[in-house]
Formats: sequence, C-alpha cells, structure tokens
Amino acid sequence: MTIKQISVFLENKEGRLSKILNILKREDIDIRALSLADTSEFGLLRMIVHDYDKAKKALEKENLAITITEVLAVEVPDTPGGLESMLNILTNEKINVEYIYAFVEKKTQKAIVVIRTEENDKSIKLLKDNGFTELSQQDVYQL
Amino acid sequence: MIWNKEKECMERKDLEKLQLERLQKILQYTYENVPYYKEKFDELNIKIEDIQTLEDITKLPFTTKDDLRKTYPFGLQAASKDDIVEIHSTSGTTGIPTVIGYTKKDIDTWGEIMARSLTMVGTQKHDIVQNSYGYGLFTGGMGAHYGGQKIGAIVVPTSSGNTQRQISIIKDFKTNVLTCTPSYALYLAEALEQDETINIEDLDLKGGVFGAEMWTEEMREKIEEKLNITAQNVYGLTEVMGPGVAMECKQKDGLHIAEDFFYPEIINPKTLEPVKDGEKGELVITTLTKEGMPVIRFRTKDITSITKETCECGRTTARISRITGRSDDMLKVKGVIVFPSQIESTLLKIDGLEPHYQIIVTRPETLDEMEVQVETKPELFTDSIKVLEKLKQEISHKIHDSIGLRVKVTLSEPNSLPRSEGKATRVIDKRNFE
Repeated sequence: MTIKQISVFLENKEGRLSKILNILKREDIDIRALSLADTSEFGLLRMIVHDYDKAKKALEKENLAITITEVLAVEVPDTPGGLESMLNILTNEKINVEYIYAFVEKKTQKAIVVIRTEENDKSIKLLKDNGFTELSQQDVYQL
Repeated sequence: MIWNKEKECMERKDLEKLQLERLQKILQYTYENVPYYKEKFDELNIKIEDIQTLEDITKLPFTTKDDLRKTYPFGLQAASKDDIVEIHSTSGTTGIPTVIGYTKKDIDTWGEIMARSLTMVGTQKHDIVQNSYGYGLFTGGMGAHYGGQKIGAIVVPTSSGNTQRQISIIKDFKTNVLTCTPSYALYLAEALEQDETINIEDLDLKGGVFGAEMWTEEMREKIEEKLNITAQNVYGLTEVMGPGVAMECKQKDGLHIAEDFFYPEIINPKTLEPVKDGEKGELVITTLTKEGMPVIRFRTKDITSITKETCECGRTTARISRITGRSDDMLKVKGVIVFPSQIESTLLKIDGLEPHYQIIVTRPETLDEMEVQVETKPELFTDSIKVLEKLKQEISHKIHDSIGLRVKVTLSEPNSLPRSEGKATRVIDKRNFE
C-alpha cells in the first residue's frame, strides 16, 4: 500500500516557500514530513500532509503547479544501520530509489522513511517479506 | 585619410544631382527588369517620368523583407544569371531566407564602400587586415575582404572563432587592423589581456572596423582602451549590400552613408511619413547603382537619425547616428537575428505547452546571453526532477534547432509570467544601446 505525497514546483525566487506554507497554515493543514529538493533553476517541495485532498485544492486554487505521487512510508529501526538494512533489500533486487527522506518518530523509537522507487509494488512486497512495516495514510496522520 | 575624396567630399548639390540621375536610371532599370516591381508600379499607376526630384521618391512604394520572401529566391533579381557572380543570403531564421545576387559591378561597389570604411580607421596598402568576420553566406566576411583587397592591403581571412589562433596571428603577423563584431573584439581584447606573454603596447594594432550588431559608447571605450586602437562603427545589411553602407570616420560623430550608392530616408515607422533631419525614425534605403538586386525604398527597420551637415573630417556625405533600436521586434543576439515569434512557434510545437514565455537578453560581460522563461502548465508538472530537466533540455534543443542559438531555459510557475493584453512584453532586453 502506498501513501499520497504532494509535490509543489517552486521557482527559485524569494518567498516561494513561505507562500506555500502560508496557504497550508491558513487551511489548517499539518505537515507530517517534508523534503525540499533544489536544482540550480527550480525546487521541488515534497510533503506528506494531513488531509492531502484539502491541501491539493487549496494549492491549486493559488495556481501552483502540484502533483500527487504515490510513495512508500516504511518504519525502520532508529539505530545505526537501520536505513541501510532496508536499502540493501532493494539494492539486491536492483530496484532504483528515486528519492528518500526520513523523520524520527519519538513515541515508537522508530524512524519513518518516505521512499519513492521505480517499482513501488515490488518494493512493498519485498520489504514486507523481510519484516518491515509499512504505514498507511491513516498511520502517518496519527503519528 | 579619405579613400575617394572626389565622391566622399562632393559638394552636396553635385551629390544630389548625381543621386537623382542615378535614381532615375535605377528606377527605369528595375521597372524593366523586375516584373514584381513593374506590377507594383503599374498597379499604383506610378510613372518613372514622374520622379523629377529626389523628394519625389516618396511617391514610390516601400520594399520590405516580406517582398523579398514572397519572391524567394530569385524573384527580385534584375540581372541575368550570366551576370550574377555571387550570392549571399540571410540566415532565414524567420522561415524564408532572403537571397541577394551580386554582379561583378556590385562586388566592385561593395569593395569600394568597404575600402572607404577601412580607410576611415587608417588602413593603408602595407597594412595587415585581420578579418575575423565570418566568411560564408553572411556578408561580413566577404565585404571586409573585398574592401581590404581594393585598398591593396594584406587581408588575413581568419574568419570568426578560434580565439587562440586569432591571438597568435595578431602577435606574429603584426596585425594592424581588425574587422569583426564589437562583442568579439571585446572578447579578443580580454583574451589578450589574460595572456601574460603579450603586452598590448607592443602590438601593432591601430584600428578596428566593427559592426553587424548594436553596441554602445561604453563598449567602444572598453575596446579602445584594452586594444589600444581606434574602434569605429560600420553599418550595413545584406538586402542592401552588406557592411560598408555607412561607416564612422575618426570624428566618431555619426556614420557616413556612401550616398553616391545609397539614397537614405528617415521615416516615422507608424505614419510612414518622412521625419526632419535630426529626428529619430526608421532608416529607408534605395540602392542607386545596384544591378544584381536593386531595392527601392527598403525599410531597414533600424532606428536612427540623419544629418547632412559637413563633417569635420571634410566628408560631405550624410551621417546617421548609431543604431539604437528596431521598429519591429527583431532582436540580434550574438549577431544572430531572432524574432520572438520563432520562440513562440517552437514552444507551441512541444506537446501540452502553452506559449506563455518571456525572453530576457543580457550582456553580462562581453557576450550576449539569452534566457527563455517558460511557464509550467500544471499538467506538465511532474514530481520527478529528471523529467523536468528533460523537458527543459527538450525546449532548449528545439529553440536551438529553430534559431541556431543556445539559450538558457527557465521553468516558471503557472500564471507567473505577464499575460498579453494587446501587446505583450515578451522581450526584456537588458542590454543598453542608447
């Protein structure tokens, strides 16, 4: 099972990020995880938010270029080598990771990794078979 | 130094008499030899006999680049193939190139006007002229070449590019005169500066005939200082002949038009009426002796002003001011002609892309740079940087294919670029030519 991530295209201009965060604040949308990728010309803001549907509508109304992407959210042990152990499984199967970002969840002593691979379904199965827990949209919201 | 004192310093009334004679003759010749003009004149009921004074020229219709395109490739040629000895052409960036044939006499005239131009920077028989204008269909290379040969100077046909070799030749051959675009002159100057084995003072350079693009007084100062030469501005256009149509003398107070060969007018580009001497307007040129492809009242679209006062150098020919702009939206970037419409049609060819764009032209140091900002449509947007980079590359490649220039492509957010309301601001030219 994958979860939905919102990506926003950002010109490299002053105040672009604030503008988006401001819209989300106004709509009372909580950001669970985010990453900002930048190239020399533009940036991509990727977020897992509480109520992505509402966020999508609000951002689209402001004429922002957004896209919804399916990603995996996986729990990994918050110990040295935790992330590596998960990546090894994918690497062994030659599954290419497009991007990855992570956050630590205090209550469970686990780290949550958001990951986008070239073969999401195959990745899910592999990780499950190897004892990793994937999180549903609901799980992420409740963190 | 004056190459042809008899013609360049003629009494104005004698010059005008010569112009009128030549005008009547060329009109008759054009009417008889170019069906396109004959039809046009007949349609407007214009009789060549009605042209009795130079002012009567305003009775004649204009010729535009469109007329040249409609008759592509040889429709406006007046001379027969037996007499044409050379052909030049514009790059055809807007679709159809314009093609110009030259007779032996035309080539001789071209050599004459470029000999005058080269003499204005002090070129003599024993001088080495390094011609770094591109040789080819572009008129810069051959024009300067013929002028140098006319003088009997030593022409080194380096053509453009290969800067290291250009520098070696300047140093080893002891080049005296340089001919190229002003931006390339500045580029060369900076490359020379960085070469520690060269002391500018020790070089033999004395003058440069620079043109084929707009430039500024600031650029002139820089080139003159860095190369320790006199840098003078040459004007010309393929449709009329090529470089040498007008050229600055050492006074650097306007470009002398070779008026015995070209009849200039300045018009208001909106009303098409003549403007007074000294007022800015569009330059219109009639070729007075050209056999291969005469043009009658050709609209250059270049904005300038004219003075007929005698110059301190002694020449009596009319002078135009430095070209400061265009009456259409044509841009010249790195010497290449670009119309915003070309960018627009290129963007339209890319699936799902809307033509919301802006062109920004700058000259950060010495060379032009062009940036095309394109709006990302929400549909086009993806989460993958790879895909976005690929899209950028695709746009950049297609623009390169269309205009022959590498441009920087920037993706902008939807609705972030100004929308067109009537006349959109498609182009922001940050280079200052005033």
